[in-house]
Amino acid sequence: MSLLEIKNLHVTVDHHEILKGIDLTVDRGEVHAVMGPNGSGKSTLAQVLARRETYQVTRGEVSYNGKDLLAMKAEEAACEGLFMAFQYPVEIPGISNAYLLRSALNAIRKYRGLEEMDAMDFLPMLREKLKLLDMDEKLMSRSVNESFSGGEKKRNEILQMAILEPKLAILDETDSGLDIDALKTVAQGVNATRNPERGIILVTHYQRLLNYIVPDRVHVLVDGRIMRSGGPELALELEEKGYSSMEAEARSTASV
Amino acid sequence: MIKAIQRLDHYLESFTAFEKTAAGQGLPWLRQLRRNAFARFCEVGFPTAHDEDWRFTNVSAIAQTPFLLGGNNRARPLQLELEPYQVPGFACQLVFLNGRFAPELSSLGKLPVWLEVSSLADQIVRNPGVIEPHLGQYVDIRRDAFCALNTAFVEDGAYIHIRRSAAAEEPIYLLFVSTANDTPTMGHPRNLIWAEENSQVTVVEDYVSLGGGTAFTNAVTELVAGDHAVVSHYMVEREHVHSYSVSTLRIQQGRGANIASHSILTGGALVRNNVHPVLAGEGGECLINGLFIGNGRQHLDNYMLVEHRSPHCASRQFYNGILDGHAHGVFHGRIVVHKDAQKTDAKQTNRNLLLSDDAQIDTKPQLEIHADDVKCTHGATIGQIEEDALFYLRSRGIDELSARRLLLLAFASECLDRMKPGPARTHVEALINRNLLQMGDSAPDLAQDLSSSEVERNWSEIG
Repeated sequence: MSLLEIKNLHVTVDHHEILKGIDLTVDRGEVHAVMGPNGSGKSTLAQVLARRETYQVTRGEVSYNGKDLLAMKAEEAACEGLFMAFQYPVEIPGISNAYLLRSALNAIRKYRGLEEMDAMDFLPMLREKLKLLDMDEKLMSRSVNESFSGGEKKRNEILQMAILEPKLAILDETDSGLDIDALKTVAQGVNATRNPERGIILVTHYQRLLNYIVPDRVHVLVDGRIMRSGGPELALELEEKGYSSMEAEARSTASV
Repeated sequence: MIKAIQRLDHYLESFTAFEKTAAGQGLPWLRQLRRNAFARFCEVGFPTAHDEDWRFTNVSAIAQTPFLLGGNNRARPLQLELEPYQVPGFACQLVFLNGRFAPELSSLGKLPVWLEVSSLADQIVRNPGVIEPHLGQYVDIRRDAFCALNTAFVEDGAYIHIRRSAAAEEPIYLLFVSTANDTPTMGHPRNLIWAEENSQVTVVEDYVSLGGGTAFTNAVTELVAGDHAVVSHYMVEREHVHSYSVSTLRIQQGRGANIASHSILTGGALVRNNVHPVLAGEGGECLINGLFIGNGRQHLDNYMLVEHRSPHCASRQFYNGILDGHAHGVFHGRIVVHKDAQKTDAKQTNRNLLLSDDAQIDTKPQLEIHADDVKCTHGATIGQIEEDALFYLRSRGIDELSARRLLLLAFASECLDRMKPGPARTHVEALINRNLLQMGDSAPDLAQDLSSSEVERNWSEIG
């Protein structure tokens, strides 16, 4: 049984079809990159998997860890070990980072029948993960993402991932807007969490991130369909040629 | 005449009877104060929606109910019933029933010589000369009929006097209990807080109900802050849903005085909360902070009038509203900068969360600036729980109801964060948390509302 199996997934937003039949299988321990031009449906795919309700699934099925993912609410999917790092992490004034992290961790532990973790056990773990991402502990007492720089927000997402230890992590354009140093730190954080049990989906527009997190498979999403799949070399090819030839191909397929 | 339909006749009966036996009835100045106020009240009657200051609030329910003065004509509640209202960490606790001091229910503790806390009636009888220069000197009975009515029935409430350069570390707790049962009952508590030069004190006024009847509480507090005095004032309105509550806090600030007014409204059917600071001395600072949380058919009206009369003063108004059900909130923020008040720095912010389609807020800034070198800003927002924030929390494993509560608490915490840590803040924080936990319960309807309406998810600036 694969970790994630997407079959013929069709998704619409406001009666507009964004995903037009996606098939994708991710196994434990694998890193998959989903690449594509703007508007190809990459983020929609990530959001649907994270169970955002504004997207309507019209056809297809998604099996996650042997369960029907599309029947789950966002919080259930999270408790079942699915994590999405947001492209645009949300600022929440009035809730501290530390509070959110502990609430999230304990909500998930409770769901799994584990005891809640108290501050005494939580803090040392938090400190260790902060170190991994080169983050200042002071950020933890500040409101969630409030007046964080772009890089700090993205690092904060990876920090949450490192603490919640998901089975499947979806990183939605975590590389966008990051300078090279921040990109390396984020990549280092992701690589440190790679293990044989965990699947990772990297959603990205550019190939650069893949220099630091080497994927097992690369998929190119154009106009709501996966046009091509291949090894890491496919990303390099794209970097050289751009998406335009594939976009043209997509148009001709659509018109047939 | 419109006024003719208002039932003021029984107020005349009440006043005639009251005046004969009230504390200090033999003092000419006090008798005059009461009579002038009553005459003014009879002249104008209760305000109507034609009055600009009352545009959004209809008080006809108060005007049409024949309230009788509350006090000794009913069995007093037992100590036991008031036990839930005991709060720790305060210097003393004074209990008032329908505006009248109840010594047997109060604990005055042992207070230092520089801090005087008693009932106003007691002061009127024992030291009328001390209160005469202040009582009724600041509240404008011509501007507000409710203040006139309160002044007509002025007799009891709290009297707090802190001497020059003294600092009271523990706050003073005043508990106002309305005890209406079968008879609609009114109370007119009148408080006088006199903080002398360079003194520091914190006062909490907490309004609650016992008994299920219709009550009308019409409170006035005059807070006189001498030069460089530092005073924190908390007003908590949490009466039951058959209560009408009108309160006025009139602050007179000396040079360099620093005052914080915190209002927390969670109870009452019809609530009008007037806060009226006058920055009379140079370099004064005033924080006007508030949170109103309405549900059902509650009507919560906040009327701010901030008067800058001297140069180099700063005022900050922050009011947050959370409205669910059919609740109606009002924020009216008026700032008046007088001619000589140069270098005034006045700021006003009103933020509102509407949790249902039927909840309503009217927010109205009003700036009157007669000086030319001033900084005045105002802004208001109306929004719903932000869908993005809700999804973010849910995507981290937190269930929807908990996530909603968390976001409401976060919104309320903006107001809490402006309060100094201490027993007073701890007290209101617990009240707010309890209140918001109940609000979260009505969330299932809301979930549908939010998903069906795409419009105005985020804060929209309207000011």
